[in-house]
Amino acid sequence: MSHLLEIKDLQVTFGGLNALSGLNFHIDEGEIVSVIGPNGAGKTTFFNTISGLVEPTSGDILFEDESIRGLDPNQVTALGIARTFQNVRLFPNMTIMENVMVAQHCRTSQNVIGALFQTKAFKKEEEEIRENAKEILSFFGSRLVGYRLDQPAFVLSYANRRRLEIARAMATRPRLMLLDEPVAGMNPKETAELTELIGQLRSEWGFTIVMIEHDMRVVRDVSDRVVVLDHGVPIAQGSYDEVSINPDVVEAYLGRPVENKS
Amino acid sequence: MVIKTLLVSLVVIGVVAFIAQQIDPSNAFAQWRNPGARALTADQFKGLVISGLSQGVLYGLIALGYSMVYGVLGFINFAHGEVFMVSVYTGYIASHKFAANGMWESNFLLCLVIVLVLATTVATATAILMERIAYRPLRNSPRLIPLITSIGVSFFLQNAVLGFFGPSTRSYPQLPEWLSKQYSIITFEISGTKLMVLAVTMVSMAGLWYLVERTKTGKAMRAVAEDKEIASLMGINVNRIIVTTFGVGGAMAGVAGIMFGLLFRAVHPMTGFLPGIKAFTAAVVGGIGNLGGAMTGGIALGSAESIAPMMILEPLGVPGVTQLKDAVAFTVLVMVLLFKPSGLFGEQLSSEDRP
Amino acid sequence: MTEIKMAPAAKVLDQDWRNIFRWGAICAITLVFISLVGMPAKLDLRLIINPTLSLGYVSLFWIPVMFGFVASTHIALEGMEVSRPGMRDVLTGLFTGLTGSFGLVLLILGMNNFDITDPLVNWGPPLLDLLTTGRGIGTGILGWMAASAFLGMAGASLHVLTPLLRRIVSSAILGMISIAILEDAIDDLSEGFRLEWLVDLIYAKRGGLTNKSAIIVAIVMAAVSVLAQGKVKKAKANFFALEGPARKKWSVVLFAGTAAVVIILPMFAGGYVNSLLANVGIFLLLALGLNIVVGLAGILDLGYVAFFAVGGYSTAVLTSPQSPWFAPEIGFVPALLVSVVLAGIAGLAIGAPVIRMRGDYLAIVTLGFGEIIRLLFMSDFLKPYFGGAQGIVNVPGVELGFLTISGTDPKGVFYLVLAFSALAIYISWRLQASRLGRSWMAIREDEQVAEAMGINTVNSKLMAFVVGAVLASFAGSIMVARVGSVFPNSFMILVSIIILVVVIVGGMGSIPGVIVGSFVLIGVLGGPRQPGLLQEFGQLKLLIYGALLVFMMLKRPEGLVPSARRSQELHQDEFLQDAWFKGDDEADGSDEQTASAEGEGASV
Repeated sequence: MSHLLEIKDLQVTFGGLNALSGLNFHIDEGEIVSVIGPNGAGKTTFFNTISGLVEPTSGDILFEDESIRGLDPNQVTALGIARTFQNVRLFPNMTIMENVMVAQHCRTSQNVIGALFQTKAFKKEEEEIRENAKEILSFFGSRLVGYRLDQPAFVLSYANRRRLEIARAMATRPRLMLLDEPVAGMNPKETAELTELIGQLRSEWGFTIVMIEHDMRVVRDVSDRVVVLDHGVPIAQGSYDEVSINPDVVEAYLGRPVENKS
Repeated sequence: MVIKTLLVSLVVIGVVAFIAQQIDPSNAFAQWRNPGARALTADQFKGLVISGLSQGVLYGLIALGYSMVYGVLGFINFAHGEVFMVSVYTGYIASHKFAANGMWESNFLLCLVIVLVLATTVATATAILMERIAYRPLRNSPRLIPLITSIGVSFFLQNAVLGFFGPSTRSYPQLPEWLSKQYSIITFEISGTKLMVLAVTMVSMAGLWYLVERTKTGKAMRAVAEDKEIASLMGINVNRIIVTTFGVGGAMAGVAGIMFGLLFRAVHPMTGFLPGIKAFTAAVVGGIGNLGGAMTGGIALGSAESIAPMMILEPLGVPGVTQLKDAVAFTVLVMVLLFKPSGLFGEQLSSEDRP
Repeated sequence: MTEIKMAPAAKVLDQDWRNIFRWGAICAITLVFISLVGMPAKLDLRLIINPTLSLGYVSLFWIPVMFGFVASTHIALEGMEVSRPGMRDVLTGLFTGLTGSFGLVLLILGMNNFDITDPLVNWGPPLLDLLTTGRGIGTGILGWMAASAFLGMAGASLHVLTPLLRRIVSSAILGMISIAILEDAIDDLSEGFRLEWLVDLIYAKRGGLTNKSAIIVAIVMAAVSVLAQGKVKKAKANFFALEGPARKKWSVVLFAGTAAVVIILPMFAGGYVNSLLANVGIFLLLALGLNIVVGLAGILDLGYVAFFAVGGYSTAVLTSPQSPWFAPEIGFVPALLVSVVLAGIAGLAIGAPVIRMRGDYLAIVTLGFGEIIRLLFMSDFLKPYFGGAQGIVNVPGVELGFLTISGTDPKGVFYLVLAFSALAIYISWRLQASRLGRSWMAIREDEQVAEAMGINTVNSKLMAFVVGAVLASFAGSIMVARVGSVFPNSFMILVSIIILVVVIVGGMGSIPGVIVGSFVLIGVLGGPRQPGLLQEFGQLKLLIYGALLVFMMLKRPEGLVPSARRSQELHQDEFLQDAWFKGDDEADGSDEQTASAEGEGASV
């Protein structure tokens, strides 16, 4: 059976420093996989490589059995991989609505001519974009809909910015969604809410999700599988329970026991 | 891609045709585009090299200001050319006052030193004021905002000078004979002025090098260029260092201004524009933020500008090549930014600007 | 608004002297600068009130007023006590103005005793005469000290006046000056409306309002502003409160009204107003194009004038019989179409190599391209094709089959420009609210993220270049057909920068802003070569453009009429700070902070 995403011997080097080396794993349709690891383990580099912001030094990335290595980020997104960013990067001065509308760029096609002559196709497409955006925003319940839609995104609270970023990623209609620390900086209530939402992203929208997360409760609650990275190398894979008692993982997080050090 | 190929092939054809013409002007290839081809004599060629060199070092001096400010603040101070222009004007005014009471002839060297000090002071003050009034409040804005502001500053200074001193071209007083005489150094015929320009430039470069590499201020400058926040945590007064950077850049432009005045002996309110852009080009050619690179870039650009019209355009049969001197400079700018935006010797940018 | 505590007015003589001397010194320097740069002397030719006041004096008078106002401003900070504005502040203004006057005093004394006219062209008897109003040194000095102190005080007392009084005073003075500045335009219009008698009544024979009419105009203006007070705002609020079909209906009415005025007015106007408006229109076209490139897509293109040149030259070559190399002498309309295509190609050709560059490098490279194009048109190299510095002359007017518009017919040219401006506004408006427009804004905000969200940034940015180029080529074609000739020197970098100033002063990314910017700047001060209402400014308008650019960037980067969004963006810090003051519940989601009280995070 073919996998949705397959990473083969992925290696990324920055000036002699191995950010990722010999990464090998796969993600199947409908899975929620968490990537964890201590700071500097190469998690975000891993995301950047998949989404085309960083060119791998060697190895390959297959998405639906086709190599996406060397594609531009926009091409990767068009194929169906969307992402969020660790330090929320919205388009702060575009309205909330526009943030979601603009993300449908690669799924729509109207150009200058349509806009200038207000063709039927153009109007229809605009209407669809708008409807889609509303539908996606309503997924977040009362959080993002209502009077707020025509306000610039920067007025949003931190938690809502994170939500909007997920909404924006949803709007690109991906098959695979990469969430970079979706609950970072949120309080327990918000975290619980978002954990539930991540589950719904799969069950209601059918996205396959890979997420980087430091909050182990979230990881435990939603993920089918956990991949642990350390120094660019995968040191363990498996269910949360398996991974959490793996001695290598414990060591990566807590360090070696004292007697080994001397 | 198309543009790159086109430009490169034009340059190559031009150079080949030039070589053909140097070997034998009646050569078919030399005649191909330029039926009136004549070989340049060695003296003509040396003359071009010398004038390119003496202009190039001036570009280099101005380029230092662009490079230093870019290194420290990460923005292009478009108005830096105007600092240079202010210095040329100061030199003009001072030298005329001296010429009026006869000191300029009787005691030229003393006058020159005074003029140089005066112009450098005024240029430094202009640069520092510019930073204080226009750029400091914008320290944390997106990169394009200070750039637009500096365009405004440049426009303002040009037209203020135009208002103060009128639109006419003013000329420097006559230079003493020993300066306008030709000297022969290792078969190169070179005028005294150009010799002096080269000498003064070397001295200022040495001074700058000492300042940046050997003093505490220089070390602080490099630290601020690396990371402003960390530098301030290390007890460096970042504001003072930035002011110093502007000041030193202004002083270099001040020296360049007087040298320009002696070399071309004319000044008008737009004097700063072209040398400014060209000096920026030089800074980019050498790798912006890189001080040695700025000087080398200046010399490279000056030479290209003086030689390329004769060596590439003339053999291609382009009429009136000397008019295209400025176009050559701009083409160099465009080409460098297209092919190697980090310059010949690599950029040295502050950490915030690194991709 | 949170409440700011008001302490009782401070003691009258308890002044902050450092503050006064600081602003006073800046005021003095500014006054001397303005005098020596030649502004009063040049603007003295323009009378505001005949024979009492010329624009030259106005250019000096507003300085102490402004600094008096600034020096006596209290910065109100949350939680700090602010003393109520009172006599003390008025005195602050007075002292600031007085200190400022010493600049002019020194200047007068200096000019009386030294002669440095040699480098400083404005130094000397004419300026001295102007400053002392020809009444001798002593009168001049005392006069300026008194005047400046009074003006400083006037500026400061703006804080003290009640809002109503402030409104009356400011609208009386500004209204009067506007009427005086608009003299030529009103004069020109009056002939169409058969109102010459009114013009003769209010304006003196040799220009400027008469003393009597100045007072009457001021009173009328103040009265109008008092009567209209609040009504405009209310009407606006009412309009924005409307929804659905009602709003649409009123929009249509408003649009039709504006269109009718714009279309009918020039019929009554003479050559002066029409050619003025045509200038404004040509620059409006250019500014709208640049607005797409700079304001929407965030690409600082300093070589924008190159596309203007491409439009102008292609029209000239295609229509003029005097074109030296290729003169098909086709009509204006096909020539325009060809120019548009050529400009689009030029947009692609210049855009393609530079589009991946960093923003600041791109600015300089496009500037380089703009200069190269001008230098090439100018050179002997292309002289056989484009006529070198002599350019191409004898470009015929516009023939549309049913009517012919020659360049010398200002009314015709105006309608031509109007049609194209309307088209350009339509294009900008539609594109802004389209898929492409959104992608431009996303690129402006964060290019990397835009690309990660599936936008092909290279294509989008190229489209911005092309659309901008096309709008510029409209302007180029029209300008050439109007002037009847084309020269390389009409396309200096200066033009690019003036267009940039128009866009920035108006408001980047805001179509109404760009329209207002073109009217205010090009209409009043004029374009690079085109005179505005105040043609006395001459070259000094460039000085003002430079100063405006710096001022706007420092104080109001969003422009005069910001796009709603941009305004908030650029004051984001303040906005967030306000939000913080107001308490998180207004700016943030209301339930977030209740939740945050629940406990610490549980992250590993």
